[in-house]
Amino acid sequence: MLGKQAFLRHSVFPQAGGTRSTRPSVIRRRGTGLASIWRYLLAGLGLAALLVGVLAVVYLTAPQSAQLAGPDLSRTKKTDNGLYMASFVPERGVVRQGELESWLLTLKTKTGASVERAAIAISGGMPQHNHGLPTSPQVTDYLGDGRYRIEGLKFTMSGWWQVRFAISSGAGSDTVLFNVVL
Amino acid sequence: MKRLFCFLALMVAVILVGCGKSDFSDAERKTIASLALNTLPSLKPDTTNRFADVPAAAALGSTLFFDLGMSRDGTVSCSTCHKIDRQFQDDLPQALGVGRTNRRTMPLAGVAHDPWFFWDGRRDSLWAQALTPLENPLEQAGNRTAYAHYIKARFGERYERIFGPLPDFAGIPLNASPLGNDAERAAWNAMSDAQRDAINRVFANIGKAIAAFERSIEPAQTRFDRFALDLATGAEPKSDAVFTREEILGLKLFIGKANCVTCHNGPRFTDNGFHNTGVPPVADLPPDRGRVDAVAQVEADPFNCFGAYRDGDVSACGELRFMVKDAPELVRAYKTPSLRGAATRPPYMHAGQFSSLDEVVAHYAKAAASVRGTTEIHPLQLSDRERAALVAFLKTLSE
Ligand code: HEC
Ligand code: HEC
Repeated sequence: MLGKQAFLRHSVFPQAGGTRSTRPSVIRRRGTGLASIWRYLLAGLGLAALLVGVLAVVYLTAPQSAQLAGPDLSRTKKTDNGLYMASFVPERGVVRQGELESWLLTLKTKTGASVERAAIAISGGMPQHNHGLPTSPQVTDYLGDGRYRIEGLKFTMSGWWQVRFAISSGAGSDTVLFNVVL
Repeated sequence: MKRLFCFLALMVAVILVGCGKSDFSDAERKTIASLALNTLPSLKPDTTNRFADVPAAAALGSTLFFDLGMSRDGTVSCSTCHKIDRQFQDDLPQALGVGRTNRRTMPLAGVAHDPWFFWDGRRDSLWAQALTPLENPLEQAGNRTAYAHYIKARFGERYERIFGPLPDFAGIPLNASPLGNDAERAAWNAMSDAQRDAINRVFANIGKAIAAFERSIEPAQTRFDRFALDLATGAEPKSDAVFTREEILGLKLFIGKANCVTCHNGPRFTDNGFHNTGVPPVADLPPDRGRVDAVAQVEADPFNCFGAYRDGDVSACGELRFMVKDAPELVRAYKTPSLRGAATRPPYMHAGQFSSLDEVVAHYAKAAASVRGTTEIHPLQLSDRERAALVAFLKTLSE
């Protein structure tokens, strides 16, 4: 992921080079054969340098964070078919890399009632690397008020992870996908 | 015109400053910092082994690790394969004990940080792991009651000072094990439950002592770590902490375009996970399906975290409890090895399939399909220069 991003960034420069090569056509459109060719060449060069410079400034000041328009990281979401509101909090407050951790998942119905006795299956993985979760997390406890403890989550590397909960209860079956970026 | 010149000069200056500013983006710096040895957390206590940090246990463990007497014919110890002056490995494609094994000896630096042991992770603690080669007919080829008798005869006093009284040996056969030959298995089955449990306990304690010793085997600082530390603190790199252009390119590829850091991450360059990377099997060895076959083995191991020989409470068993049991990606998946020290200990991979880092990098670039299961590796466009750079970078982890 990091690689792709760094790669994209660098391709900004080849683009700048491409701009420079359009210089002759700019000259021709203006159609002035009278002026010294050198002036135009210089002007062209100046323009090209200006472009390269502007791009360089943009490149250098651009934020270096991974996702410019990253995945939706919200921790509270309506499930895919709108049956439930689901939200999670990592029990230790933050999601950490490389350690088993547990989350509390809270489920409410559309009307805000706590969802009791839901069956919850957990899956997920890293969409950019084609692999699933390195562990198989499970619901280990129901804490009341629609809150479920999910244990056994583990994020073994930095990057974009997805965790999907398939929920079924008296209110019906639905799924919800949370994104986590480490 | 003059103004244009000024402007031009300014822009050129901006570009030059931009290029000279640094070799690495902020994201790259962050990743590099995360690979440095100083971010390795201190070893967590192992609550499943209450002797893990007992010095006398580690001392006994070290004696046993190097003791040739700990084998059927007195010719093999742990250190036969895990050589202390060779990063605790043996430079062979497949290890040689009493017989030739099917896998390569794994180096042991930092092994106590791992959740799973062996190339396929068929053991879930360092102490349970240590018991396996002792009874493997191709490695030390001993049996449980023979080891218990041997400990009593040679190290009885030391043992009892650490672990408490040895059991009553009256009526315990000289050779018996649930994993041995027909005679040894028959002898084991003829023992009472109490006798079997008593012998298992001595056997488990042997593992716990050896594990206590192995916890002291930690990776050493390398040139890369000195470079990373200077980069992080903004200090001007000095002497060997200066990276060449080639090493910098290699590092950038490793954490960038070549995607190595996907799996080889953190200060030990491993995610502690299992992956199919399409490494080809070795022709004359029995079929090897990797992690997918290890799941049942670790579940069946009487010395696993759920078993009767664990110290502490069951909350330490999260890895076993939440392990992935059946997923297509477990087929021919192997544990991601640490890359620290790798450059100076060929051959590579679980059965020594590749004899040089050049071959390893060529393998990753090509990303051939796996004979079974699906490789997670995608082909890479790497020039000769880039391949050499990756190898040059890997060497900085051994210097
Ligand atoms: C005959 C050579 C041989 C002997 C003897 C031997 N080992 Fe190993 N060791 C290996 C091989 C080969 C592997 C990998 C085997 C596999 O994956 O199936 C290994 C794996 C390991 C691992 C796992 C490392 C990791 O990163 O997962 C540890 C720890 C270890 N051995 C410790 C020991 C101890 C302790 C002893 C003595 C009780 C011992 N070994 C005896 C060859 C040997
Ligand atoms: C998908 C995860 C993954 C990625 C990506 C990956 N590796 Fe590996 N690497 C592994 C695994 C797993 C093994 C062991 C495979 C085996 O033995 O079958 C391994 C083995 C190695 C070894 C051999 C170490 C030893 O002790 O045998 C080297 C060297 C290595 N990788 C370097 C790299 C480099 C360089 C890259 C980037 C081009 C890379 N790896 C990318 C997972 C990965």
